Amino acid sequence: MDFQALSAAVQKGKVKEVKSLVNQALEENTPVKDILEDGLIAPMAIVGDNFSANKIFVPEMLMAARAMSAGVKIIEPLFSESGIEPIGTVVIGTVKGDLHDIGKNLVSMMMRGAGLSVYDIGIDVPDERFVEKAEELNADIVALSALLTTTMPAIGDVIREFERRGVRDKYHIMIGGAPVTQAFAEEVHADCYTVNAADAAKHAKEYLIKRKAG
Amino acid sequence: MAIRKYTKLAYTSINDFVYGSCPNPVTCKNGMVIGGGTVYPEINFTLPAMEATSETLPKAKEIYKEIITGVLDKALHLHMPGLVVEFETLPQYTEHPEWGLEIFRILRSTMYEYEEKHGLKSVLRMTPNDLREMNRPPIMRSGAYWESMLKLFTETAREGADFLSIESTGGKEINDEAIVNGDLRTSIFALGCLGARDMKWLWTNISEIAEKTGSAAAGDSACGFANTSMVLAEQGFLPKVYAAVMRAVAAPRALVAIENGAIGPSKDCAYENVYLKAITGTPIALEGKSAACAHFSPIGNIALSLADTWSNESVQQVKLLSGFAPVVSLEQLIYDCRLVNTAAEKGHALLMRDLLAESDCYLDPQAYIMKPDIVFEISEEIIRYEDPFLRTLNTAKKALDILKRAVKNEELTIDEREENWLDMLNEQVEDIPEDEEEFIAEMKEELSGKRYLPEEYGI
Repeated sequence: MDFQALSAAVQKGKVKEVKSLVNQALEENTPVKDILEDGLIAPMAIVGDNFSANKIFVPEMLMAARAMSAGVKIIEPLFSESGIEPIGTVVIGTVKGDLHDIGKNLVSMMMRGAGLSVYDIGIDVPDERFVEKAEELNADIVALSALLTTTMPAIGDVIREFERRGVRDKYHIMIGGAPVTQAFAEEVHADCYTVNAADAAKHAKEYLIKRKAG
Repeated sequence: MAIRKYTKLAYTSINDFVYGSCPNPVTCKNGMVIGGGTVYPEINFTLPAMEATSETLPKAKEIYKEIITGVLDKALHLHMPGLVVEFETLPQYTEHPEWGLEIFRILRSTMYEYEEKHGLKSVLRMTPNDLREMNRPPIMRSGAYWESMLKLFTETAREGADFLSIESTGGKEINDEAIVNGDLRTSIFALGCLGARDMKWLWTNISEIAEKTGSAAAGDSACGFANTSMVLAEQGFLPKVYAAVMRAVAAPRALVAIENGAIGPSKDCAYENVYLKAITGTPIALEGKSAACAHFSPIGNIALSLADTWSNESVQQVKLLSGFAPVVSLEQLIYDCRLVNTAAEKGHALLMRDLLAESDCYLDPQAYIMKPDIVFEISEEIIRYEDPFLRTLNTAKKALDILKRAVKNEELTIDEREENWLDMLNEQVEDIPEDEEEFIAEMKEELSGKRYLPEEYGI
């Protein structure tokens, strides 16, 4: 199948068209892996690049992400028989005492767009909930967000909770938020700090690909 | 409390619409007059990175004492005739009002002491947090969070808070998602239907407290709506034209506070205050270039063109090369105020206003809609309607028309990627029915299962 039309539909955020083209591709016996990688993830990468190049805004990227998700939903039941494994699983949330979720939501959305399975556990999340969810899902990455100088220390509390339970080394812990810095990341022994949502998604994907490659 | 109605602008001439003065100034208990001819600095500050708990409260109190002493010394040193101090609490200090009150007392007593010993006049703005969104979906009119807020307002008002303010969050629970989707339709519902109803409830309560205690119900800010849009636009996440329209549509919501008892000076980060000043003639706080310590903005100068108090938004107590950041921040504010006050004393307020406005207004749509003549145009549209929803809807249409006209006339330059957005936003607002009940019914269906409780807004 020529993925040009599907790619364009994803980039323009046309949900109905994406669904129809994905169904058409399945009817034509196009390999599920190709539909996913060439028809859905590849155009989303173009959208991400356009955003990074200041050509489009977040709402346009969100529309594309929704269109991509609509396509993924159709082929998802066929993943296991097609030998498709998710790139990786991320547990993301805003730490205890902090109600801000816009930044976290942007990171979630961009990570999903990069093909990662993202479990958003919300705002004002207690330390132990991050650990429990990461363990339950056997996640690869835990992403922590804080917007206030007074809630930023809770990032350290979450990481200490992972340490206390002896599972710290199982997870790549990423942190972000307006007051967060690289120095703070080092202080609390986080694995990674990124300045913005686009960088966070890029780092997560690169980390997972690198890890998979050994 | 009788509801005030505004059907005409407070000004008959745009030449009187300048910084530092307004038709309805506020006289404070110590005689300071806000909007009476002088722009005063308004300093706000916060703790460095630390947790706010019962264990850290003694340390926090020490830090607040250091801060207030530092800024009052600086005001004295620079011969400032007066200043406004804002205590905007951390969420924990509203959740535990007794902690907030302890810090308030330190600030208040130190300010009284400087007034008594050194003749330095200062007034204190008390800004508890709007904790109601801690419940998801938010519980707006009852419960422990609401009680904590009321308690902190009441106790601090009794103990000498001059101004009562808040950055209220009614409707924010659905607006957060709307913003990142560029969904102006839902934002109009959040601000014009939910927010306006909550403002009426909230400001009726705050005004009652003010009336009983002698404090002034000062005003609100749509920070979580319009400023979030502005900051996201600064980061390139949202179109600037969207943030500009969001600013204008925040004004009818803000007006509800004044209609229900607030008298100003309205809250510093509420850039929609400029429309309030035009309509109600009440004094306003604003912030711009000297609030870059807290957030960036494209309206650094123009914000000062109509300000009655000039704020830094907030700054942490951290050491810079010259001294602690709040003291640094106050020095910057004082010099800004000195300049514009001197210009006014020499009869050049109008020239200064226009220099401040024109140095920003053609470079960004968010600045353009704060241009004094544009403020009048938008304000006149607001008062054509009595109902907050119709005001909000028609303000959006008006703001879009103004921006399109400015782009067409080449008065305003916008990025190519912004141009489509003017039409896209226009399509969204044209699709909104003029009948509020019909709109609410549509939105209830669209937002079913989302994170808000209509009954908490009396819907």
